[in-house]
Amino acid sequence: MKTIEPGAGIATPDTFPPPPIAVWQHRHILDLDDFTREEIELVLDTANAMSEVLTREVRKVPTLRGKTVVTMFYEPSTRTRASFELAAKNLSADTVSLDASKSSVTKGESLIDSLRTIQALGADFIVMRHSQSGAPYLATQHVNCSIINAGDGWHAHPSQALLDIYTIRRHSGKLDNLKVAIVGDIMHSRVARSNIWGMSTMGARIVLCAPNTLLPRYMENFLAKCQLPHISIETDIEPALEDADVVMPLRLQMERQQSGLLPSLREYIQLYQLTTERLSLARQNVLVMHPGPINEGIEISPEVAHGAQSVIEEQVSNGVAIRMALLYLIAGGKNK
Amino acid sequence: MSTTLLISGGRIIDPSQGIDKVADLLITKGKIAWIGDKSKAPSQPDLTSIDATGLTVCPGFVDLHCHLREPGFEDKETIATGTKAAAKGGFTTICCMPNTNPPLDTQTSIDYVKKMTEIEGTVQVLPIGCITKGRQGKELTEMNELAKVGVIGFSDDGDPVSSSRIMSMAMDYSQDLGLPIIDHCEDKELSDGGFMNDGWVSARLGLKGIPKAAEEIIIARDLALAQLTGAKLHVAHVSTEGSVELIRRAKEKGVSVTAEVTPHHLTLTEERVMGSQLTYDTNAKVNPPLRTQEDIAALIQGLKDGAIDAIATDHAPHTLVDKMCEFGLAAFGISGLETALACLMSLVHGGQLDLKTLISKLSFEPARIIGTRYGELGTLKAGCRADITLFDPNKEWIVDSQDFVSKGKNTPFDGCHFKGRVSMTILSGKVIYRDNSA
Repeated sequence: MKTIEPGAGIATPDTFPPPPIAVWQHRHILDLDDFTREEIELVLDTANAMSEVLTREVRKVPTLRGKTVVTMFYEPSTRTRASFELAAKNLSADTVSLDASKSSVTKGESLIDSLRTIQALGADFIVMRHSQSGAPYLATQHVNCSIINAGDGWHAHPSQALLDIYTIRRHSGKLDNLKVAIVGDIMHSRVARSNIWGMSTMGARIVLCAPNTLLPRYMENFLAKCQLPHISIETDIEPALEDADVVMPLRLQMERQQSGLLPSLREYIQLYQLTTERLSLARQNVLVMHPGPINEGIEISPEVAHGAQSVIEEQVSNGVAIRMALLYLIAGGKNK
Repeated sequence: MSTTLLISGGRIIDPSQGIDKVADLLITKGKIAWIGDKSKAPSQPDLTSIDATGLTVCPGFVDLHCHLREPGFEDKETIATGTKAAAKGGFTTICCMPNTNPPLDTQTSIDYVKKMTEIEGTVQVLPIGCITKGRQGKELTEMNELAKVGVIGFSDDGDPVSSSRIMSMAMDYSQDLGLPIIDHCEDKELSDGGFMNDGWVSARLGLKGIPKAAEEIIIARDLALAQLTGAKLHVAHVSTEGSVELIRRAKEKGVSVTAEVTPHHLTLTEERVMGSQLTYDTNAKVNPPLRTQEDIAALIQGLKDGAIDAIATDHAPHTLVDKMCEFGLAAFGISGLETALACLMSLVHGGQLDLKTLISKLSFEPARIIGTRYGELGTLKAGCRADITLFDPNKEWIVDSQDFVSKGKNTPFDGCHFKGRVSMTILSGKVIYRDNSA
């Protein structure tokens, strides 16, 4: 089988060559659980080429000219949606943006019917965000368009995990044996779940850190069943941060406190906020990441969020390149 | 058809009399005449003969728990289609749950079910009445009147009776009637928002879990109340190891409790939700949720040692629209009447359960819980109504939900290769179902 050297064959021409089929099989992007290391590396290498495009004066290549990308968001989002739309436009695709909360959904149309309608209108790619875990899997069973999961319930957010991995790789060269601490609301986090798969595949060691009420009770069984031995669980933040190469606090939704999962924000801040002092437990060149949007002063202190170690804004920029890479690759993908 | 029917050469298994032998069985005028050897019996005029060689002949199955959806949800199922499905599954008596619209909480609504069964029904339907008006959990129904029109028990199934005070009053009030209180045991606060078993699969799929404790807490409460009041308690669809243990201990202490388990909880685990390729299969969404291998082992053990009395289908038909949607939005329930025997036979073929126990849990035992006000059910004793099921324990087939006569095609067994199939169902001496498949 042909393997891909980093950057090989996907330098920076105006029209990219088709992706190597021997490596790339996906027609949909649902989660990273079915991605091989080679596939993830291909996405990252492709994103490198795309980020070069983004530095040009005219940030546009004709790769997806004549293709239509529809973004269908059943949940509010600013950055992910804008990121996908810019990515599609940079590749010269036509984009249609549906705010599902204001469309026929409110008239009682089912998800499947909405998807079929969009397919009938000529969509080639549907980028969907949905509050129900598994919704994009349902979509693939009922339409022929390529489905990109832009976040489903608590389950997965693969493009976010890929841009996280990409950002780390740009700084550290690789993820092998890096210690990544993901701190906060693991229970409800699709970002954490996708990173569990993606970062593990790339060789990182992951520590999931949260109070027990924000951890699934059977998380350890899940990790054992799925043979993810390099992930551990920690309820104290200090050991989780010790010698970490990457720290990623997660957004704490205010309703978690209201539903009784936390006694108070005050106690959460005391126990889990990423502060300058706590960050000193990590390695000196630690990367501070955040999937956004940030609750400054809750899960992360403003000093850390905007400090020298923070790569949070870079994550956002990298998101466009990653999403361009995904659109480009699935346009040529065949099987899965 | 003649009024005399001879079923010859089958393996007759009747747990009520301890019979398990190859013999002939004669039905006259809708009743069982004798079990024995036809060559030694006087010849019968006008006789119809059924060759049952290779088949098992047993009492017609009795289902303590199914949803016929009529009145109110006729798009999911009707008494006509549900009873046809029952006959196809080998059931001759089924007990329907009262979570219809309107619910079966008055004499009028129960009369309606009885009337529709008379007109359109294929099998005997015994209604279960609500515990509380409108299934609201607030005020008791007129239980005496409901008992007079023939309910075989009381239940707010689909929901528990959340208030311990109301439950205790229901048990006190209904005690003289001699009818069981059938509870759907679920602590709604604890299970709130859950879609499947709280376990590794829910953690992986990002779905909120329903902890086993949600069931066990209410079972423990109900057992305490049954002990306090002396009422008869029947626990619906037991799904966890802990529940089995609670019920077993209560029985040892002499609490008047019986319990049932469904075919799907005996054969499927939480992993079925995921399928082989992360399908989020809504056909495996059921309440209580599919649990784990350890729970299955405990449920089977409970059947063997008597902690669990009966197998009941909890047949819960739904439309395609109810199920073809996001997992979290899909309805709970499995259409189970037509696959019950076949999926349970997989336990027999796998050596986990013996055939006699299985038949007993599908006929004699549930009949014992219903009692004798509708005559003696679940038996092949001479003189009793001839409700009989014939099945081929070795017939292989593949489930195709589109072949269901039930309106509910919602089955997690679609495409399953099963061994064991109902050949014929006889109600009151009349053949109500005959398997015509090749």
